[in-house]
Amino acid sequence: MTVSEVMPTGNREDEIQIYDLHKSFGDLEVLTGITTTIHRGEVVCIIGPSGSGKSTLLRCVNLLEQPTKGRIFILNEEITDPDADVDRLRTQMGMVFQSFNLFPHLTALQNCSIAQVRVLKKDPEEAKRIAQENLEKVGLGDRGHSYPAQMSGGQQQRVAIARALSMDPEMMLFDEPTSALDPELVGDVLSVMRDLADGGMTMMVVTHEMAFAREVADRVMFMDGGVIVEEGPPGEVIRNPKEERTRTFLARVLDPTHVHPTTTKYDHPDPQKTAGFEVRGLSHHGE
Amino acid sequence: MSAISSTTTVAPRKKRLSPRKRAQRFRIVQYAVLVLAVVLAALTIDGHQLQQVFFRPDLIVQTIGPELGSAFLNTIIYTTGAFILGLVLGTVLALMKLSQVGPYRWLATIYTEFFRGIPAIIVLLAFSLMGVAFPGFSFPFDPYGAVWVALGMVSAAYMSETIRAGIQAVPKGQIEAARSLGMSPGMSMQRIVLPQAFRIVTPPLTNELVLLTKDSSLVYVIGLFASGYELTKFGRNLANSFANITPLVVAGLCYLVITLPLTYLVRRMETKQRKATR
Ligand SMILES: Nc1ncnc2c1ncn2[C@@H]1O[C@H](COP(=O)(O)OP(=O)(O)OP(=O)(O)O)[C@@H](O)[C@H]1O
Ligand SMILES: [Mg+2]
Repeated sequence: MTVSEVMPTGNREDEIQIYDLHKSFGDLEVLTGITTTIHRGEVVCIIGPSGSGKSTLLRCVNLLEQPTKGRIFILNEEITDPDADVDRLRTQMGMVFQSFNLFPHLTALQNCSIAQVRVLKKDPEEAKRIAQENLEKVGLGDRGHSYPAQMSGGQQQRVAIARALSMDPEMMLFDEPTSALDPELVGDVLSVMRDLADGGMTMMVVTHEMAFAREVADRVMFMDGGVIVEEGPPGEVIRNPKEERTRTFLARVLDPTHVHPTTTKYDHPDPQKTAGFEVRGLSHHGE
Repeated sequence: MSAISSTTTVAPRKKRLSPRKRAQRFRIVQYAVLVLAVVLAALTIDGHQLQQVFFRPDLIVQTIGPELGSAFLNTIIYTTGAFILGLVLGTVLALMKLSQVGPYRWLATIYTEFFRGIPAIIVLLAFSLMGVAFPGFSFPFDPYGAVWVALGMVSAAYMSETIRAGIQAVPKGQIEAARSLGMSPGMSMQRIVLPQAFRIVTPPLTNELVLLTKDSSLVYVIGLFASGYELTKFGRNLANSFANITPLVVAGLCYLVITLPLTYLVRRMETKQRKATR
């Protein structure tokens, strides 16, 4: 079957269907044939070395990057179709960025309500109520009138999650949501994400937090060189990887002495907290 | 190579003053020159004559009156109208420069280069003669309309560059966040990027307003009824009829009343922005 003959399954449980996705930047082939389906309520954690194409995959799903080849169906509607109503489909997918990308000229509440009013055409009062609800959900009910610059990174990221949730999306895409945070702020964001997962949200999460992946993911996807090298339940992929490349990668990131590049930018990472987190992850490893 | 450098370091040096001593001596020289200049000025300049030419009290009193008020107001009206027009047109040009469509970019670039490259006074003269060149044609709000359009078109060329830089200074992640919430490209620009861009360019645009306030003085070259006089034309006419410079000095001081607070505001905004980005 060629890609052009692919039809969406039509099953409403198959929320994201990706067929033979390719993406090149000029001569650089970043994704070289990704095929997978993400089901309703499933939490998929994507792990892999830097430059393996994790962010690109996520950004292709909501068409922030235009795929070079291949087809993607969101809720059985093709988002890669040139005639697709991309803006409407995007309201179904909340996206959380590594660098938060909150709107600095708007308060937390306005960040969470502007798209409801402008895109979903909700009544401003109603939008504000929903925004407040979601801020409470992420533990920031009292910070609605703060501007992003007045909040810590962890708080900003939680507002960003609330902003995405305020559109009442079917699924959420997270691109390394905790990589830009000081270690002591990571926990709050992860716990919000854990609550979301427990609430049945469909989630694609690019992350370096192995403990989170192990505890929360239904499926772990290991990417390297633009392909999915291995995927399966965390118990298999993280504890018992079949592929050599997966093993090498995991050995590196699970090494307690290893500091991931994205965490090296802090001047004084709290060694105790970092170590504690890794140890917590490893204790699960041996259970 | 090493031989050369070793000779230069080894070579016996003239005894030099320490840098601190040298700076001190230089300061003393500067003060000496200043004192000399003041003494010379006091000896040669006739203070009374100076006052009679530049600050004659009776002429100051005669200059200050309802007509000065009207001239002051006209300067503000010419400037404000031109600024608003320039801002709108400048924003359009900035968006054209960032457009995906080649011809828009070229047009905007040609426009900018043209109007930045020719004297504003030529544009002003050209527009003031439109009514003569096209019989029956006249700008609305005569005489303000022609001036607004002429000065607005010139300042738009300058402002478009500033605004374009402001738009580009907004991080790409802002558009991505807006688009990922389902906003269209136009809405993302209008609701997310432009408000941030204008915040960034408020200080340089206020500087542009200061320049425009002074450029509104060019209006004196076009034919006007007395009701359309602004500060420069008004001051010049009085200076001519009194054969004295005092009215021009008063007019100049009136410009300072407008421009000094604006420059002060710019400085405050800039310090605030510097603090915010630290
Ligand atoms: N807009 C772009 N233009 C050119 N090359 C790009 C672009 N975006 C990504 N790339 C390249 O594509 C490759 C994959 O990038 P991607 O961001 O998807 O990796 P990643 O797996 O998310 O890595 P990381 O863990 O560092 O975030 C990298 O080599 C990157 O340099
Ligand atoms: Mg990435």
